[in-house]
Amino acid sequence: MTDGALAGELLTDMIRIRRMEEKCAEMYSAGKIRGFLHLYVGEEAVAAGSLRVLGPEDAVLATYREHAHALMRGVPMTTIMAEMFGKQEGCSGGRGGSMHLFDAQRRFYGGNAIVAGGIPTAAGLAFADAQLNRNRISACYFGEGATAEGAFHETMNMAELWQLPVLFCCENNRYAMGTTIDHELSQPDLVAKARAYRVPAASADGMDVMACHDVMARAVEHIRTKGGPFFIEFQTYRFRPHSMFDPELYRDKDEVAKWREHDPIRVFTEKCISDGVVTAEDVAAMERAAAAEVDEAVAFAEAGTFESLETLTANVMAPESVS
Amino acid sequence: MKTTYRNAVHDAIADAMRADPTVVLMGEDVAAYGGTYAASKGLLEEFGPKRILDTPLSELGFVGIGVGAAMNGLRPIVEVMTVNFSLLALDQIVNTAAPLRHMSGGQFSVPLVIRMATGAGRQLAAQHSHSLENWYAHIPGITVLAPATVADAYGMLTTALREPDPVVIFEHVGLYNTSAEVDTLAPTDIRRAALRRNGSDATIIAYGGCVPKALDAAGQLAAAGIECDVIDLRVLRPLDDATIMESVARTHRVVVVDEAWHTGSLAGEISARIVEQAFYELDAPIGRVCTVEVPIPYAKHLEDAALPQADKIVAAVRALFGDRTGTATR
Repeated sequence: MTDGALAGELLTDMIRIRRMEEKCAEMYSAGKIRGFLHLYVGEEAVAAGSLRVLGPEDAVLATYREHAHALMRGVPMTTIMAEMFGKQEGCSGGRGGSMHLFDAQRRFYGGNAIVAGGIPTAAGLAFADAQLNRNRISACYFGEGATAEGAFHETMNMAELWQLPVLFCCENNRYAMGTTIDHELSQPDLVAKARAYRVPAASADGMDVMACHDVMARAVEHIRTKGGPFFIEFQTYRFRPHSMFDPELYRDKDEVAKWREHDPIRVFTEKCISDGVVTAEDVAAMERAAAAEVDEAVAFAEAGTFESLETLTANVMAPESVS
Repeated sequence: MKTTYRNAVHDAIADAMRADPTVVLMGEDVAAYGGTYAASKGLLEEFGPKRILDTPLSELGFVGIGVGAAMNGLRPIVEVMTVNFSLLALDQIVNTAAPLRHMSGGQFSVPLVIRMATGAGRQLAAQHSHSLENWYAHIPGITVLAPATVADAYGMLTTALREPDPVVIFEHVGLYNTSAEVDTLAPTDIRRAALRRNGSDATIIAYGGCVPKALDAAGQLAAAGIECDVIDLRVLRPLDDATIMESVARTHRVVVVDEAWHTGSLAGEISARIVEQAFYELDAPIGRVCTVEVPIPYAKHLEDAALPQADKIVAAVRALFGDRTGTATR
């Protein structure tokens, strides 16, 4: 793939994520989506740039802000949207919702709504791979807020101690809900934090999709050749509130406006056009395709069906039992 | 052949590891030390450090690693030293392992076995003596076991390792040194309660470390002419209502024994089920013998007084017949 082709695909993916998320907000306002809804607008470069580096044999875990990760992992937008609508055609059968998207076929392990909850699980997947001599990576996405949780520290220690092929992908958007990084972390240098556990680490501009891609490629190469864990900090920013319930009392509009100047989609679009890699017409075509994909997803979700109450207690335990 | 409960646990792990190369054991001091309660002594020598793993003191982390490993082709047995320490791992058990099958719409399962020591009686005071089985029995998505006999210590663990969903096993610290004549150890079912003694006058329901106390009490009561059924619950989730109600329908009198505190105890849940399902069979109010509502004291006489004991069970059964002598207040 030439750089031009890669750039076009990265731009396409970021646009798909943004348009999907904007539609989610609209569907939330329309009452079609309920519960907590955490959107990824502003952070698209991270998921779009990094996830494509992994192979289908690798595993991915993410947080409650995971629509983009599911989409980049190949989960169809139709089943993602249907899940948020609570329909049984959703990727978790309507039992999970926005925060619990799953897809076993694509090794997408959710969707975890406990901050840092997926981190030990990711190390466990990696533990099994190491034990069974499989050359696979388990990538775990989490925010900088998760680095204050015990689960993060316990797992970093064990991942390095046991040389587990787990890739820690920290999306530092500078806010744990409404608490700034300076108020929550005694050591806000996340790379230093990782290195305290002797875990190899790198930081990247999370608003630059190519930088996200490149740092991920470096980390994946490191794990595949040298084994053991790797930690990446993606420095990013969310443009929208933490969730749809957030009145954003903790930051002023100027700060958001300043970060919007670094909008990963707009900046990368301008760069691609000035580099002659894509044309304005190409971008318009990407937008049309994304709009069509979003429309199809909403139509699929609308047409989906609600599960019968008769199966309310399904999937609590396996239907078959040895005893 | 005389076998201890401890050896039965050990043999269940060893036999499973010989039969299935994907079984691994991890936990604090399970390898070089041989297990705090010596249940894994010698396993490191036989199976090596790749399959018998000493973990750092990171209950949340290593239980979570067990969850992930179970989802990815291994059959981990995770030992948490005591139920008290398991509180540090509750998030991974309750928020991840238990609901994962459900919240993924049935796509994922977590075939993980978590073993932990439970209970009081060894003067280990307030932070090493809890009985919190009911906390786990509250959670849909997991099976909760409390083997009380040597045969079950082997058989329930063996069967648990064939379950597709998480199983939490409670081994009462007072049971490890108990022994029994057992010809062959074999897998046992993990869905039903067991009647350990037959009698037509009253039913004593107990589990784990309280089962020997219940049997002791039943022996004393028999000498006084009161014959008791003694039900060993064995399985704390799902509860085997049928065995309980069948007994209640015969004896019409019940005492539930539980090493947990009264408030919010499994004894309370069982009492409620009996009232719901067999109220008109009862000839007397249901009696409960639970732990006195105090953190477990260190001093032996105080600890003994706080816990269910055979004499308290005897008194509670007698009270069902109108004899209030010997019944303690809460």
